[in-house]
Amino acid sequence: MLSSAGFAKTFQYIDLFKQGVVCTVSLSVLTVFFGFIIALFLAILRISKLHPFDYLATAYVEVFRATPMLVQLFIVYYVFFGNVSLPSFKLFGFIRFERFLPGVVALAMNSGAYLSEIIRAGIQSIDVGQTEAARSLGMSSFQTMKSVILPQAVKNILPAIANEFVTIIKESSICYTIGVQDIMYAVSATKGATYRIAEPLVIATLVYFCLTFPTSKIIAYFERRMARADRH
Amino acid sequence: MQTDTKILQVTNLKKHYNGEEIKALDGVSLDINQGDVVVIIGPSGSGKSTFLRSLNLLEQPTSGSIVFEGVDITKKKFTDADGKVKKLNIDDYRKKMGMVFQHFNLFPHMTILKNMTLAPVKVKGMNEEEAKQKALTLLNRVGLGDRADAYPAQLSGGQKQRVAIVRALMMEPAVMLFDEPTSALDPEMVGEVLEVMKELAQTGMTMIIVTHEMGFAREVGKRVIFMDAGKIVEQGGPEDIFANPQNPRLKAFLKKVL
Ligand SMILES: Nc1ncnc2c1ncn2[C@@H]1O[C@H](COP(=O)(O)OP(=O)(O)OP(=O)(O)O)[C@@H](O)[C@H]1O
Ligand SMILES: [Mg+2]
Repeated sequence: MLSSAGFAKTFQYIDLFKQGVVCTVSLSVLTVFFGFIIALFLAILRISKLHPFDYLATAYVEVFRATPMLVQLFIVYYVFFGNVSLPSFKLFGFIRFERFLPGVVALAMNSGAYLSEIIRAGIQSIDVGQTEAARSLGMSSFQTMKSVILPQAVKNILPAIANEFVTIIKESSICYTIGVQDIMYAVSATKGATYRIAEPLVIATLVYFCLTFPTSKIIAYFERRMARADRH
Repeated sequence: MQTDTKILQVTNLKKHYNGEEIKALDGVSLDINQGDVVVIIGPSGSGKSTFLRSLNLLEQPTSGSIVFEGVDITKKKFTDADGKVKKLNIDDYRKKMGMVFQHFNLFPHMTILKNMTLAPVKVKGMNEEEAKQKALTLLNRVGLGDRADAYPAQLSGGQKQRVAIVRALMMEPAVMLFDEPTSALDPEMVGEVLEVMKELAQTGMTMIIVTHEMGFAREVGKRVIFMDAGKIVEQGGPEDIFANPQNPRLKAFLKKVL
């Protein structure tokens, strides 16, 4: 199965893996960033009880959570962006924008659905007394949300958001199916060139592990520190 | 200090929950004059908090009216001095009614100073420096001038409540509402908070206070209101209420708490 000759061949394409890391990380960072914005929007709509927007937001979340990511990705890429001609330039000199963008959009829409549940729980975990105090001082509901509720809610859910980042690093691998040049894309390209599959997969496994494992450990460390800071 | 300028006129205020099932307020009428110190007492569940919270519309009353500075704030629209019909923005009235809660409700992610300057800066557009000076003056007044940069978690309950009071005062309210401000405090901290309230009453501030501290009610209250089952059952000066109660329910209540 594995052979040193196989690794030697694979290493000739190591630059593809390096590009893959750059691509996967940018894909994940942008996904969580835009996913968070979508999620914030959804969470506030759902809490607002502003019919019919709250129902629409709920429907959005349920649909995205109940259907496979791959289906969502294909719908976004082939249907939504199917007839749109995106500018075809290359990010960092190699990432094909017209494939990367639909990937980010699909992942962010999906991630937004999951994150909105986390944010909603975070907002609702803040004592209503906080809202009442702010409103009784004459602050508007928007000011209250922005200055009093969200800062506390976001602090509480920061670890969950960071964990979503780790999840997205892994799940973003499906984007290679639409030709986004991430780590899995490097595997498939190396396989095409070398007719080796085991060695590229071992490399990919190691690379993913090196990205996610330290990240989760760092998150856990800050989570513990924050828990301690709250106890003083 | 008490004058005949009416600040609040409450008429036949009702608040029902679950349709007609729970009548938390069952027709309360009360006028509050400038400089009044009104203390509300009554058994648990009698509607004291609901009444207080209705005054600044933290609870939306089922019916009745609350006229604050000439405007019925329970309505969605009002007519201004020039006879123009305008949309009522409740925030404009809430900022003139300070509220102090049983559980302080300081913002835990902000320093004491920030807790105090947030609303004046955001709502009134006061400049930061001016707000800061004002906050420090008020903190000094309640003996907390050196805690401006502390966070709420670093203060004792009594200190938190003193901050909550001056935070409300930052908005220069026309009336201050207190809902059992000392009920969540350790006994040794009750005095320091009542002391601040007493001084506030002496400055002529209009105050409506729900409390179980009968000694304080008797000493500081200019009027005492006894509520039971969503109604005002008896009211009068502190001497009338405490030394010469009429209603049997008030008598029974006082017997239990005194
Ligand atoms: N959100 C609500 N839903 C249903 N019933 C409520 C609600 N809020 C208050 N009530 C009821 O209204 C009545 C009055 O409550 P309120 O809190 O005003 O009493 P209170 O006089 O402040 O009592 P306490 O001294 O215990 O604070 C109670 O019977 C209470 O159960
Ligand atoms: Mg109460």
